[in-house]
Amino acid sequence: MNGLVLVLPLLIPLLGAILLLGFARSLRFQRVGTVVIASLLMAAAGWLVYEVDCKGVIAIQIGDWAAPFGITLVADRLGAIMVAVSALMGLAVGIFSIADIDDDRVKKKFFPVFFVLLFGVNGAFLTGDLFNLYVWFEVMLISSFVLIGLGGKKDELEGGIKYVSLNLFSSVLFLAAVGILYGEVGTLNMADLAVKLENYPEVNLIISTSMLLLVAFCIKAAVFPFFFWLPASYHTPPAAVSAIFAGLLTKVGVYALIRSQTLIFRPIFDEVQVILIWLAIITMITGVLGAARHFEMRRILSFHIVSQIGYMVLALAFMTPLALAAAIFYVVHHIIVKTNLFLVSGIVLHKKGTSDLALVGGLYKSAPLLAALFFIPAFSLGGIPPLSGFWAKFAVVKSGLEIGEWIAVGAALAVGVLTLFSMTKIWGEAFWKAQPKPTADFTATDRPTPFVMIAPVVLLAAATLFIGLYGNGLFAFSERAAEQLFDNREYISTVLPQGGGTK
Amino acid sequence: MIEIMLALFIGLLFACGLYCLLRRSLVKLVFGLILLSQGANLLVFTAGGLLAGRPPLIAKDSIIPTAPVADPLPQAMVLTAIVIGFGLVAFFVALVHRAHEAVGTDDINSFDQTDK
Repeated sequence: MNGLVLVLPLLIPLLGAILLLGFARSLRFQRVGTVVIASLLMAAAGWLVYEVDCKGVIAIQIGDWAAPFGITLVADRLGAIMVAVSALMGLAVGIFSIADIDDDRVKKKFFPVFFVLLFGVNGAFLTGDLFNLYVWFEVMLISSFVLIGLGGKKDELEGGIKYVSLNLFSSVLFLAAVGILYGEVGTLNMADLAVKLENYPEVNLIISTSMLLLVAFCIKAAVFPFFFWLPASYHTPPAAVSAIFAGLLTKVGVYALIRSQTLIFRPIFDEVQVILIWLAIITMITGVLGAARHFEMRRILSFHIVSQIGYMVLALAFMTPLALAAAIFYVVHHIIVKTNLFLVSGIVLHKKGTSDLALVGGLYKSAPLLAALFFIPAFSLGGIPPLSGFWAKFAVVKSGLEIGEWIAVGAALAVGVLTLFSMTKIWGEAFWKAQPKPTADFTATDRPTPFVMIAPVVLLAAATLFIGLYGNGLFAFSERAAEQLFDNREYISTVLPQGGGTK
Repeated sequence: MIEIMLALFIGLLFACGLYCLLRRSLVKLVFGLILLSQGANLLVFTAGGLLAGRPPLIAKDSIIPTAPVADPLPQAMVLTAIVIGFGLVAFFVALVHRAHEAVGTDDINSFDQTDK
């Protein structure tokens, strides 16, 4: 029974992808099947969260080889909530794709690749082994490579090159770190590593490995100075693709950072803390300044991903129970809000034929519902109470004040104001301003928005409102998850019932 | 002795790979990534410890192999990594080919449309 609840979030997308490949001829089947499979995945993820929250950490050994030799799947509260949010994003973006992804891309097997992506993401959240984490990253990456380059337009290919080459480079660093760590410690099971690295004599070697991993994960998470691939590529593919990328992929990097720093490298965290705090501060500031410069919706939003990643890394860097809870809450809130903003930009793109702020306008008048739906995630991102972003920022700031990190807290507050500036810029330009006159080479269209595009935006906006107004439940869950991370004995004893193996 | 040679060789692969990455040519970018990923593979293989002529086989009457034996895990991992790397490089070469057709040049400095 334990096994099933852990394996379902992996099996459903994998079997779904195979099923969709089997019926690749029928475009209708692809679209309807996607929604059905994504709903199943959502249900399975909900079950996983429920089980983990009630019964504590769940672990199974695939193939029945005892840890640390076997392939460990493990879910604690952090892993479970990440799976649940990614399933929700899969559902929302799956519905959105019905209208947004054209027949040509569906014929090129868009939906099977989409599910392989979710398969990889869920695998990364549920694995208990560093090498398997590498493999899951690759599963996720190669499907994201396909999705980003599927259209074959010039911009997509160019953005794809940047995305692919930097991510491949980070994979190389990841693999190198895995190799050195195995050579040194003789295990890659994360719980076993945590046990062995406590009071490890050769601290310098472990620090260098942890730095290699830190850089590898920071590239994936788009932390300064490794973020350049993100704003160069996320605005090129169709809106549905950039929405799922924006919501999930960088957050897998953040998840890997949280997991490695709280579990594997906890004994040497003091050495890393200063670096992480400063990386986070600079990430927040460069991201938000980059966004201020741009004038196209998706480019602005891409830079805001970078800036928001800074907040999550900052919360991780504080490393108190409250700060970890803030980091988890922030990740969940951010995934929902950011995906939603990209979906709204996709609707604007569909409606007007462009999402360049200089060329669109008058949406408040012509599409008041869309304006309201943009308002909720945008001002949640800016941190306006009572939306979810306010509580997320509040928790980060409060945990920073508790340990006296004044500079970081000041930067976080200032960046919040600048975030609001960008959101009001989009709001003022796209929604309030009158529709600009057609120029010589561009005339804005006014196409009606299909229901399947609005529905997921409503769903995610409702989730944002719900987290904002009844945030207690999720925050209490985040605190319980943070306790599990902070005191990792439960995680370790579930994975290693016999108290760790020997080489 | 062989460890030191391999370590030097890994360093050489990484250095050449990084040098290629820093060039402006798209083809050298591909070669750089190939060299780097081979360097990482070799690193995993070497870091796991080299032991000649001691396969991890269990004798007829015992339960565990007599120490010292070669560790099979790094070899399994490196095989996985080679396969993954092969797939990624194949995809990347195809992508580079298409991008080269679309942009029309090998010079990475011309790939600046999406950054503006």
